[in-house]
Amino acid sequence: MVENNNIFEIKGFSIFYGDFMAVKNIMLNIQASKITAIIGPSGCGKSTLLRSLNRMNDLIVTSRVEGQVIFHGVDIYYKDTDVIELRRRVGMVFQKPNPFPSSVYENVAYGPKIRGIKKKSQLDEIVENALVRADLWKEVKDKLNESGLSLSGGQMQRLCIARSLAQEPEVLLFDEPTSALDPISTAHIENLLQELQKTVTIVIVTHNMQQAARISEYTAFMYLGEMIEFGDTDTIFVNPHNKLTEEYITGRFG
Amino acid sequence: MIQGSEKIHKTFELVRKKRFNLKQGFFLSLIRAFGFSGALTLFVILFFVVYNGIGILSWEFITQPPIEAMTKGGIFPVIVGTVLLTAICMIIVIPIGVTTAIFLSEYSKPGLLHNMVMMSIYTLAGVPSVVFGLFGLAVFVVAFNFGMSLLAGSLTLAIMVLPYIISTSEEAIKSVPYSFREASLACGATKWQTIRKMVLPTAMPGILTGIILGTAKVSGETAPIMFTAAAFFTPGIPRSLFEPVMALPYHIYVLATAGTHIEETRPIQYGTALTLIVLVLGMNLLGIILRSRQRKKKAW
Repeated sequence: MVENNNIFEIKGFSIFYGDFMAVKNIMLNIQASKITAIIGPSGCGKSTLLRSLNRMNDLIVTSRVEGQVIFHGVDIYYKDTDVIELRRRVGMVFQKPNPFPSSVYENVAYGPKIRGIKKKSQLDEIVENALVRADLWKEVKDKLNESGLSLSGGQMQRLCIARSLAQEPEVLLFDEPTSALDPISTAHIENLLQELQKTVTIVIVTHNMQQAARISEYTAFMYLGEMIEFGDTDTIFVNPHNKLTEEYITGRFG
Repeated sequence: MIQGSEKIHKTFELVRKKRFNLKQGFFLSLIRAFGFSGALTLFVILFFVVYNGIGILSWEFITQPPIEAMTKGGIFPVIVGTVLLTAICMIIVIPIGVTTAIFLSEYSKPGLLHNMVMMSIYTLAGVPSVVFGLFGLAVFVVAFNFGMSLLAGSLTLAIMVLPYIISTSEEAIKSVPYSFREASLACGATKWQTIRKMVLPTAMPGILTGIILGTAKVSGETAPIMFTAAAFFTPGIPRSLFEPVMALPYHIYVLATAGTHIEETRPIQYGTALTLIVLVLGMNLLGIILRSRQRKKKAW
């Protein structure tokens, strides 16, 4: 692993909800322009860890953190961090597709408009670009003014990806993005992620071990808030070092 | 043996079912009857007012002022008075009500202040309207020295309808799913941008419905304007905020109880009542249409 290729360096990082320690003393480096998967049984803290990478956990009033998450050499939990800028550079796609109840166009243009881009031609370009990158343009180019909620589940999720891509993020965090989708839509999104990793660093939390094995370069296995094992996806799935990892991957618990 | 017991079981089931149906049928008819009586009451009232009032309704009736000690002529200043009272009341109450709702649903954390505001709103909503009238008299008419005036009446009505506007707006804002706010924040929006660009537009149909129904409520109130704004008779429409006005509900009350020609003015009383009902029903209908359209649009 080349040290300076890490986009995130997580050091001794813990997350608390009140007195409950949801994530315990994590050490993890996330490489740029790669897909890193976080797997583990329900409640192991993998979503919590993911959501701490763009400080979405701040929304939960009782949460607090210890340790560091270094993004481009800066601790994102430093008190003067510009959270808004962080979230623009580290986008997030959620488990359940959640387009806004407005048109396809408005959904994608939401972020750029918030950033103050007003010129129609510029917005048009950003929207088209984002939709092309999310592999949705062909399907929706004739219905940009229709409601985003009228699309199919898989299309909605790709619309949410396009909405994030419109910010030109460096990192995209995916929180079980396909768990609400059918197998065909899932395959579509997986292909899309592999295409996107050429330009964007991807961290994906998934319940689906095959998914992690199929698309990711690196895999982290978490259990009860602790990072049990992290390494090349091939190593983790074929030759895990830790007994817990092996048991989880072979389906003996989870 | 097993077969036998099954048979007995089935027979029992049949008997029970029949008795149950009878009972169910009885209560169903009872519920229907009560439900129907509610609708019937409305239609009887409507029919009564329309039957008695439709005769006098004409273009002249709604565009001319009353003449000959209010026994003849129209009710133009009365309509204008109610419209002005309602409009000014709403101009005052909408910004305050919606802002309070935003504060309560988005900013205030559960605690003493939040609970106190909520308690006050619930209590205010339960205060009888005549109490608001007396409050308006003491505060706006006397203490602020506005006199019996359009302004004093509108302020009193505004205070009366404020809890309603706050609670309907708050409900509309709260019904915007959390996942929308999350998505907006993840796009790099600030909290205020999220509220302004995402939450408020999504909640707008619900807020509007509350405003329209609140407007209907305000336009029909008598007690709050009785001591604060409503005049027995004004020669024309008011020229300033500090003049008293005539108003539809108060006009009905005056003609029916306080005039010297109560019998002669019957048709005008019914005509005024019909005008008020048409106004209120019209606004309610608008509110209902808005609400049903919003429900259809709601796909989340």
